Amino acid sequence: MGSSEMCRDLAGEVEKLLKTSNSYLRKKAALCAVHVIRKVPELMEMFLPATKNLLSEKNHGVLHTSVVLLTEMCERSPDMLAHFRKLVPQLVRILKNLIMSGYSPEHDVSGISDPFLQVRILRLLRILGKNDDDSSEAMNDILAQVATNTETSKNVGNAILYETVLTIMDIKSESGLRVLAINILGRFLLNNDKNIRYVALTSLLKTVQTDHNAVQRHRSTIVDCLKDLDVSIKRRAMELSFALVNGNNIRGMMKELLYFLDSCDPEFKADCASGVFLAAEKYAPSKRWHIDTIMRVLTTAGSYVRDDSVPNLIQLITNSVEMHAYTVQRLYKALLDDISQQPLVQVASWCIGEYGDLLVSGQCEEEEPIQVTEDEVLDVLEGLLVSNLSTPVTRGYSLTAIMKLSTRFSSVNRIKKVVSIYGSSIDVELQQRAVEYNALFKKYDHMRPALLERMPIMEKTASNGPTEIVQTNGIPSMTAYNKNGLKIDFTFERANPNPNIAVITIHATNSTEAEMTDFVFQAAVPKTFQLQLLSPSSNVVPALNQGTVTQVIRVLNPQKQQLRMRIKLTYTHKGSAVQDLAEVNNFPPQSWQ
Amino acid sequence: MFIFMLLFSRQGKLRLQKWYVPLSDKEKKKITRELVQTVLARKPKMCSFLEWRDLKIVYKRYASLYFCCAIEDQDNELITLEIIHRYVELLDKYFGSVCELDIIFNFEKAYFILDEFLLGGEAQETSKKNVLKAIEQADLLQEVRPAPLKP
Repeated sequence: MGSSEMCRDLAGEVEKLLKTSNSYLRKKAALCAVHVIRKVPELMEMFLPATKNLLSEKNHGVLHTSVVLLTEMCERSPDMLAHFRKLVPQLVRILKNLIMSGYSPEHDVSGISDPFLQVRILRLLRILGKNDDDSSEAMNDILAQVATNTETSKNVGNAILYETVLTIMDIKSESGLRVLAINILGRFLLNNDKNIRYVALTSLLKTVQTDHNAVQRHRSTIVDCLKDLDVSIKRRAMELSFALVNGNNIRGMMKELLYFLDSCDPEFKADCASGVFLAAEKYAPSKRWHIDTIMRVLTTAGSYVRDDSVPNLIQLITNSVEMHAYTVQRLYKALLDDISQQPLVQVASWCIGEYGDLLVSGQCEEEEPIQVTEDEVLDVLEGLLVSNLSTPVTRGYSLTAIMKLSTRFSSVNRIKKVVSIYGSSIDVELQQRAVEYNALFKKYDHMRPALLERMPIMEKTASNGPTEIVQTNGIPSMTAYNKNGLKIDFTFERANPNPNIAVITIHATNSTEAEMTDFVFQAAVPKTFQLQLLSPSSNVVPALNQGTVTQVIRVLNPQKQQLRMRIKLTYTHKGSAVQDLAEVNNFPPQSWQ
Repeated sequence: MFIFMLLFSRQGKLRLQKWYVPLSDKEKKKITRELVQTVLARKPKMCSFLEWRDLKIVYKRYASLYFCCAIEDQDNELITLEIIHRYVELLDKYFGSVCELDIIFNFEKAYFILDEFLLGGEAQETSKKNVLKAIEQADLLQEVRPAPLKP
């Protein structure tokens, strides 16, 4: 309640009430002040003098609301934050008294003195200690004390421990303390209470970037959480598992993740499949393992795989030249079993089209080669064309595959017949293809071998643009962010074949004289979109526009809604850490329509 | 900070609603309807926290009533559960072994107690005794009210 005008008018009254002797009024005044500041941040200075004596309160109610007021002020204004840093010793003292003092029936909850106040103070300490060595040092002892002395049998104790862990992770604490914090989270993971496990997984997800090794120690517990019954816990465990995958544990982790993929709910399958592909791409120990993993995903969760993964997979397969025979053989066998999963069928028919000759000649080295005749292969492909389970896209794939086999197989007549039948197909796309292929047979037969030749190895389209921004595909580029010498431009590409995906490349340049290190770009989009952020070209943005950091973002926009994005930038500049949030709303219409 | 607090029965009937941000009536109804559906659909063994529309929702079931609050991103979920529990304890102390019927028939008292405990989305008094004392004083005022003005 209370609009900004009302707040302006009443702020004076509130400020006066903050100083009254009646504690009942004072605590209410403090919370009113919080609300006033939220609505009208400029009035913050008005309450500054009243805050001088706030922490020397005896009354817990007033103390609690005062801490809320201080928290609000520090969150809103860096100047206030610097001003209130000197309160750290006082806060530490109050917290100490709370823990050490004996039983106080008034404020007690299950044996802990005023947990609400404790949590609030911990939160304020977190804000004050962030990025400040001195304050963080002053807090180290008390945090260690709270972390070790709090009773964990009830939810209250765990609530306080949780807040303590969050504080330890955010301030510049010493490494021993951080390890203690992660161990507490590890203990939480083993707790019977679901809520505690959930909270632990969420926190670990936040810390896995910075304290990777410490979190790795709890990997097996996290992987066990994949088997939990609760949906939220499973999702968190899955995200965390993907974050923990690295070159050493890839085989073991992948086994667990694939097992999870088999048994999880449909809503997870798409994310899990994409995650598996990404992890496999980064850390695959061998090409064969990679192909096997992809096969496993396609056969178990084939219909949930995202549309854009089909072209990615095809590219991957093309590039692993020595595995062609093995791949096509496995895909063929998979097709024989099941033709209902479209992405699998599409990849399989494409491969058979490309490498059918290897299949028939039985050249496979990795596995026992199977005996397949040309007719059997054509039977399978024709089966796809007529099956009710095949989508039009799949049918297109299989027709093209049949056509390509005309240069690789000897039974050209059969292929000619099939192609001419589909010249009168109801499906326009199919008809067009068939008519063109027919023409290829009749009038352009001399060109046919050249046209249907094997695909060359494709380069991954990496848009490492130079510093001048070029217009790509007619979609104008835009400047998304330009502050403090850091400029971030977006260039766009519409991905083929899926027009719902916008591929955005960010170009970050730095016009100041000092370079920006530890540069991290993060983005968030509204719920109707899906975002995939690929690795950046580097974490250092050179000074004086001498170089660019590029990073590719893929945004899936199935409902063709106006593209909006919130970006978060963190970097270290001239020794201090900088963090900024920004909204990007000026996307050109061609990028999302 | 609390964004809102809802109390509803197992059948989805809303018993109490307290909003700490200004929203239109239509929006409130929409949020209430969707959230009640979501929470009631959850199985008993599931986690008390969920993410919904970029808000964190914390809920707990006490007998036949669901206590459901929305908190901001930076808030501590576990202490929110404690806040809900403290509110239930306050109701219990005041009504003496509270049940849903007490809240239905004395909803204005339930609101008073909530308002004495939470203000502007934050807890204002951490001592049970003080909150109950304030309610007692308010009750006394109601009884000793001066006679209505004669026409």
